[in-house]
Amino acid sequence: MAPPIPTSLFSRLYGPRGWMVVGAFALLAFVVFPVCNLVLPKDSLFYISDYRVALIGKIMCYAMVALAMDLIWGYTGILSLGHGVFFALGGYAMGMYLMRQIGLDGVYHMPLPDFMVFLDWKTLPWYWSFTEHFWYAMLLVVLVPGLLAFVFGFFAFRSRIKGVYFSIITQAMTFAFMLLFFRNDTGFGGNNGFTDFKRILDIPIATSGMRMTLFMLSAATLIGMLLMARWIVTSKLGRVLTAIRDAESRVMFSGYNPVHYKLFIWTLSAVMCGIAGALYVPQVGIINPSEMSPANSIEIAIWVALGGRGSLVGAILGAGIVNGAKSWLTVAFPEYWLFFLGALFIVVTLFLPNGVLGALQDLWSRKGGKRSDAPPAGAPTNTKVPS
Amino acid sequence: MRVVLRLFLQCVLCLAALSAQAVSPDLLQKLAYGEADDKLAALALIVAGADESAIPLLQALADDSVQASPDTREKKIILIVKDGKGVDAVTGKAVEPLSEGLEDVVINNRVRKEITTAIAALKLASPDKAVRLAAARELQSNAEESMLPALARAVAKESDPDIKNLLALTQASIQLSTGDKPARMAAISALAASNNPSTKTLLIGLLAKKGNEFVEPDADIRAAAQRSLDTVQSKLSTGERFGQAFTGISLGSILLLAALGLAITYGLMGVINMAHGELIMVGAYSTYLVQNFFKANLSGAFDWYLLAAVPVSFAVAALVGMLLERGVIRFLYGRPLETLLATWGISLMLIQACRSIFGAQNVQVENPVWMSGGVEVMAGIILPYNRIVIIVFALFVLFMVWVMLTRTRLGLFVRAVTQNRGMAACVGVPTKRIDTVAFGLGSGIAGLAGCALSQIGNVGPDLGQSYIVDSFMVVVLGGVGQLAGTVYAAMGLGIANKFLEGVAGAVLAKICILVFIIIFIQKRPQGIFALKGRFADN
Amino acid sequence: MQRRSFLKQLTVSVSLAVAGMGATLAQAQETIKVGVLHSLSGTMAISETVLKDVALMAIDEINAKGGVLGKKLEPVVVDPASNWPLFAEKARQLISKDKVAVTFGCWTSVSRKSVLPVFEELNSLLFYPVQYEGEELSKNVYYTGAAPNQQAIPAVEYLMSKEGGGAKRWVLLGTDYVYPRTTNKILRAFLKSKGVDDKDIDEKYTPFGHSDYQTIVADIKKFAQGGKTAVVSTINGDSNVPFYKELGNAGLKAKDVPVVAFSVGEEELRGVDTKPLVGHLAAWNYFMSVKNPTNDEFKKKWAAYAKAKKLPGADKPLTNDPMEATYIGVHMWAQAAAKAKSIETDKIIPAINGQTFKAPSGLTATMDAKNHHLHKPVLIGEVKADGQFNVVWKTKGPIKAQPWSPFIAGNDKKKDEPEKK
Repeated sequence: MAPPIPTSLFSRLYGPRGWMVVGAFALLAFVVFPVCNLVLPKDSLFYISDYRVALIGKIMCYAMVALAMDLIWGYTGILSLGHGVFFALGGYAMGMYLMRQIGLDGVYHMPLPDFMVFLDWKTLPWYWSFTEHFWYAMLLVVLVPGLLAFVFGFFAFRSRIKGVYFSIITQAMTFAFMLLFFRNDTGFGGNNGFTDFKRILDIPIATSGMRMTLFMLSAATLIGMLLMARWIVTSKLGRVLTAIRDAESRVMFSGYNPVHYKLFIWTLSAVMCGIAGALYVPQVGIINPSEMSPANSIEIAIWVALGGRGSLVGAILGAGIVNGAKSWLTVAFPEYWLFFLGALFIVVTLFLPNGVLGALQDLWSRKGGKRSDAPPAGAPTNTKVPS
Repeated sequence: MRVVLRLFLQCVLCLAALSAQAVSPDLLQKLAYGEADDKLAALALIVAGADESAIPLLQALADDSVQASPDTREKKIILIVKDGKGVDAVTGKAVEPLSEGLEDVVINNRVRKEITTAIAALKLASPDKAVRLAAARELQSNAEESMLPALARAVAKESDPDIKNLLALTQASIQLSTGDKPARMAAISALAASNNPSTKTLLIGLLAKKGNEFVEPDADIRAAAQRSLDTVQSKLSTGERFGQAFTGISLGSILLLAALGLAITYGLMGVINMAHGELIMVGAYSTYLVQNFFKANLSGAFDWYLLAAVPVSFAVAALVGMLLERGVIRFLYGRPLETLLATWGISLMLIQACRSIFGAQNVQVENPVWMSGGVEVMAGIILPYNRIVIIVFALFVLFMVWVMLTRTRLGLFVRAVTQNRGMAACVGVPTKRIDTVAFGLGSGIAGLAGCALSQIGNVGPDLGQSYIVDSFMVVVLGGVGQLAGTVYAAMGLGIANKFLEGVAGAVLAKICILVFIIIFIQKRPQGIFALKGRFADN
Repeated sequence: MQRRSFLKQLTVSVSLAVAGMGATLAQAQETIKVGVLHSLSGTMAISETVLKDVALMAIDEINAKGGVLGKKLEPVVVDPASNWPLFAEKARQLISKDKVAVTFGCWTSVSRKSVLPVFEELNSLLFYPVQYEGEELSKNVYYTGAAPNQQAIPAVEYLMSKEGGGAKRWVLLGTDYVYPRTTNKILRAFLKSKGVDDKDIDEKYTPFGHSDYQTIVADIKKFAQGGKTAVVSTINGDSNVPFYKELGNAGLKAKDVPVVAFSVGEEELRGVDTKPLVGHLAAWNYFMSVKNPTNDEFKKKWAAYAKAKKLPGADKPLTNDPMEATYIGVHMWAQAAAKAKSIETDKIIPAINGQTFKAPSGLTATMDAKNHHLHKPVLIGEVKADGQFNVVWKTKGPIKAQPWSPFIAGNDKKKDEPEKK
């Protein structure tokens, strides 16, 4: 039997040690980084460069995606190989707003985005209407991935598509979207996507201040999402989700309709990805259909698996480790980095079956320490091979 | 010197066929040093002279194997160079060693076209029927007015009815724009019998408008042209439909080959093998290595390297697959999603290894001669030999897999292990060894796919990446664990894709196919062929 | 005794280490860092890897002659892995962390567009070595590849001429991204200005990595029945091999339907059996087969370098147009640094403008005084059976680039120099 759900929300989410970690992260993000980046002189030992701020900001966006993936895969047992599409759609919604913000400062000094000018388009297509309003763009960020996920999930879950079949059709979905967005005629800039953003809310985008603002916003969103996800998985809803993962038929026979639960968490997960995408685009300065490539979506699953499936902190850790390693290795060993990355994946699966976090926890408990408050790193044990 | 030259010219005129020297030095100089127009004039003279002995020189020109000393030099040498050995184009004597500072005689497309036509025209006089037929075919689309006399001569002399027909058609097409009305009308109706796509071009030309005026003033001729055009067009469109079906089957057979290995490793064994594409790549690179080996050591048998490459690519890929199974995958049975992670890592490493060994660029894998070109089955439709061979090869591999799985002891074991591992172990099936062998088999088939794919596409480090998504789609659409389903899915997707591509273009066709897969899975959540049986979960 | 000797050893080694560190520090101060930003993995590695190598070769060459301003050049190679956001990240890293003076890199338009804001924000220099669609002019970028008027338009003019076969109908075939789209738009306007009807132009696009060209080739065949046809191919890198193989096997010969390609050079043909392709064309500003002493030397140097570094494919060293453009770029920058006596962006730009370099193409390449593009000769080559090109046509002299094509509406108002100063 699982322990009863504690009554106080605060103590339900995390124990004291967990809250300390969250607090430390917040301190870093909201005090240390801004001070070291904006206040300290550039030659100071503790100065944090814009490059690092942008890099960590980007990784935090990936971490949000990993969280979303963990909710749907780690806790509910549904492997999506198409989460990249939700991320990219959020990014595109934000990108549309940013393109409109360029105004007349583009290469052609026309009210239309540059790529439309050279395709000889005279007016904006209908789906670009209102994107000049920030609130509308934000609405799109949430609604477009959410709606797509809802419709897709509604049909898929109602037809009781499971296991790899579900994974493959999500992959087909992201692949189809990628091809669609690659077409120049679709109206999203084709392969070039959106770049060369100038402003956000009429404030210039390429400044340290704006970069730090986006950074802190990402950090705040990440913390918010973590707490929300934690709230979900520790609630009754979370228990049902885990039950669906472990034995869906039994859940059904106990009188629950798994479709509702699955649909809810699937849509929520897509919305989280959309928000992450929206924060990602202004920080990296480009959104392009390759974000929707099947390989990118597989990689999201890999972050989660590497960090520790079924553990929220693990997912965040996984996204951080893989992307950090990528950034470092591509510079340190530009010609061999794929060997290291590939070996990392193999070693982790072979020797750390519960992911990095699971291994750390094992180490911790073996040393006689108390297990941390993170949920037991639960790579579900009894999910069978779909045959 | 002059006298000698004149003598030579006379020789050419009377003893052309017997003379070792084929083309007068004067014409030769024009061919070698002249501008394109000079070259064409020289060619016309050669054709008019109907001198068959000029063929080797012309062929050498067309093959870029004529070299000449720079035209600034006093003494001009023009050589036909083959495999580093030179033959003087004037005297026909071997020249050794090759003189310094020779430059290639460069010809462009315009000249090359005329040369091939000239060669064809000259070959019409050949005693060999097959040569004449080929020449007549070649002439069909490229003949020009200047060749009318030569054609007329050939028609008169020709004994074979087929060739005579072809030549007459060609004659007709030339006379289309010249000659008097009855001759033109006759030519137009004769053209209706033609199978050559270029006739359509000619007939359309007769119906063309300039502004509001028809280029061709005579209404009778236009009407006749329209009639002939309709006949030709209906023939051509039948051919097109057939061609479309063929391309669909061809794409289907490629998908099938790519997916068949995965149907075993993933479908039967449940290993989500993201490195499947890289095993295809391993097979393709093995083919490349076999090709190089033949080139270096067995150049005589080069055309048959592919036959050796088939078992080699199977063996190499199977070996790599078995190593992977022993080294990594066997620790992960029952944890399918972990295999996803590990095989993804393996795939990254294999790609990079390949890049480090062979370079990031594509490598060249040549089609053997018997796989180059194609066979013209009907009007304007040429089926490439390499595609035909691949379709047959796919069927062969499919048959072998079927035999292996259903008619051999090993196949029995494989099916037993995949259906009920515990029970199989109880009755004494060595499950672990079967796992290794089955994985090796699946990998080997991926290697065979690589061998086949090397004949139609890129061989580079990214080769596998472009097939992995499609392979998974095919296997899943067919129903995991169902070989027949894989075949239906591959063929269905191939044909549907090609049909849609004709209608909507390549990008939209692919999108439609993906959407179709998504919808289809809604209807049949277990693929085309679902496993029968009672399963509460999964 | 032992102990003492140990201590002694320790002191010696520590002092050595310190001295060593000092030496490396001193050395670090004496070098000028230059960035090399080419994909070494992912889909673009096939094309970009050699550009990295040729840039390193040019840097070695400059160092062997004493470097720039008395300092050695130190290349910083990173791998943006064909990932466009990663390009921007790596560019920022090169400029702000490694403090490179200049960066040589990028191939695809999207990668250039991705890094452009970074170079402009941090005011650093990028040398971009690939033919591209134009419609861009940044103060911080030098374009050493061809603009459309230095490649596409002369090629089409040639095919229209008697010599090129007098094509009347045109298939504009490309991969669906910005370079083919823009090039084809320019070509369509150009063809119309020459009296070609819309119905005689067929514009087709395939997705990235498209590998099944059966339908496309059948369509071309059908289209060609309507009159003398030429195909203008802007198919990107990897898709070319299946396209050409299909073309060869379907019996479309160059003498009937010539295909002129703008993205197919010696490297791309490395993976193709070229015998069925003899006579198909490519338009570039440089071919490996160009005969002149500078090119002979360039080829020799490259072959030696490839052999010395044991590069894959060193047994058959090939040079191509983007490699030449990279080579010119590195040398021009070094010459300009010597002239300006500085490597600072704002001081070196006037020195790069108008800089000249004796290029392997046989002519002296000149950087335009204003528009950041090279004046380059245009060559048209026909594929030979050995994968090299026969030059069948070339311009009399170098052509000035028009980054703003006059065939695109509204460009007449564009200034032929960067807006920002």
